[in-house]
Amino acid sequence: MYEWNFAPVFSESGLLLAGFRNTLILTATALSGGLVAGLLLALARLSPKRWLSMPAGIVIEVFRTTPPLVQLFWFYFGLPIILAVEMTPFLAAALTFTIQSGAFFAEIFRAGIVSIERGQWEAASAIGMSHNQCMRRIILPQAVKRMFPSMMERSIELMKTTTLVATVSYADLLFQANEVAQKTFRPLEVFTVVALMYFFFISFVSFLAARMERRFARSGEFSL
Amino acid sequence: MTAPLLSLKNFAKSFDENQVFSGVNLDVQPGDRISILGASGSGKSTLLRCINLLETPDTGTLEIGGEIIGNPQRTGKARYRERDLRTLRQRVGMVFQQFNLFPHMTVAGNVAEGLVTVRGVAPAKARERALAELQRVGLADKADAYPSRLSGGQKQRVAIARTLAMDPEILLFDEPTSALDPALVGEVLGVIEQLAREGRTMLLVTHEIGFAYHVSTRILFLAERGIYESGTPDEILKNPKKPITQQFLAEHQRFQF
Ligand SMILES: Nc1ncnc2c1ncn2[C@@H]1O[C@H](COP(=O)(O)OP(=O)(O)OP(=O)(O)O)[C@@H](O)[C@H]1O
Ligand SMILES: [Mg+2]
Repeated sequence: MYEWNFAPVFSESGLLLAGFRNTLILTATALSGGLVAGLLLALARLSPKRWLSMPAGIVIEVFRTTPPLVQLFWFYFGLPIILAVEMTPFLAAALTFTIQSGAFFAEIFRAGIVSIERGQWEAASAIGMSHNQCMRRIILPQAVKRMFPSMMERSIELMKTTTLVATVSYADLLFQANEVAQKTFRPLEVFTVVALMYFFFISFVSFLAARMERRFARSGEFSL
Repeated sequence: MTAPLLSLKNFAKSFDENQVFSGVNLDVQPGDRISILGASGSGKSTLLRCINLLETPDTGTLEIGGEIIGNPQRTGKARYRERDLRTLRQRVGMVFQQFNLFPHMTVAGNVAEGLVTVRGVAPAKARERALAELQRVGLADKADAYPSRLSGGQKQRVAIARTLAMDPEILLFDEPTSALDPALVGEVLGVIEQLAREGRTMLLVTHEIGFAYHVSTRILFLAERGIYESGTPDEILKNPKKPITQQFLAEHQRFQF
């Protein structure tokens, strides 16, 4: 019978918390960057101008169809060779996950935008709005509400995918957990604690999101 | 005679192989109230939508106040830039069958939106104007409600107020009462009649033939890919000369008492 002993793990809790902090920093960076990138990619993809829509489509497809670990290695080991730039683990990770989640967010934005009835475009055009004004004032505000659940889902996915950065020695929660496991010879306890940290954090965020969603629904703007 | 307010010359539109109409010419003078009748699929909506360029006509020129909109090409198809569309839509307003209110904005927000976003009017001023327009359609008390809380008739009246707030010189109505319960039709027709009495220029697609008879200065009957017959309400609705018009009206009067 295995004898659980969490004491050595808790005595190294400083390391784990530092790792958790880094995970949050990376997730927040990639999330905010990814939302901006995703919106721009979606708008470009939906543009009637082919020189905008085609490249956007290619970027989106490439990043959706290649494994995130390959993308990470490519940015970390490959990009410095081509561009002669200095790559830190954080920079490579932030770039990879910004563009990668941007590609997924772009598809969510696009689906949300095209789900808005044509009549909304027409009514806005008929009072003289330009394409950009329609998008900003009429279409996006409605689309974002419809997209909210899939956005949340994607963000949670993103947070979990960032564990891959441990492979390029960025000191995220998983990387730190490995260190602690080797130090304490208590891998079972360490990874149990780490799983619980993800579990509680993501559950808490999901709970907040569900509440916000209910509030959106209650403000009556959902139904036509 | 002064230039007509709106003039269509040799308008044509097709969707793929389907020629909806061709060779349509129409002059609209200030104060004209033109009702457009015709069977389903005769191109009433398409004609109206070509007038404010929600659809691009294949050929023809569109003049407003004597000014040509867009750049006619040698092929006969004009090119319209976003600036042309804006010029046109400042002067031509449209009311839709499905209302198309903005669900994420309050009633007053809907009416003020064009003023703020397109005209750059200060929000407080725009709201004041919106309230005045809502007053006109009898909905001042709903200013802060969301559209989802309104009845169909109320929604359509808000949509009319939204259009009026932009001070268009010409109003286009595409079956404004067709999506409504019969009991709610009257309140919307009442607002349109009021606008007619004020001397507004309007083009109205409708199946309410009695209403068309009372408010119109002219009736266009669409059939056979164009304006099949046109004239005063008495000429067209009481004494139609041509067979398809006669048949259409007979069909419509079958269940009248
Ligand atoms: N966006 C479109 N794409 C392809 N065909 C269209 C489109 N819009 C209209 N049509 C076709 O053009 C023809 C005229 O349609 P339109 O909607 O103008 O008729 P309508 O007179 O308004 O009919 P209704 O009384 O049913 O509203 C129809 O054959 C219709 O199928
Ligand atoms: Mg129609």
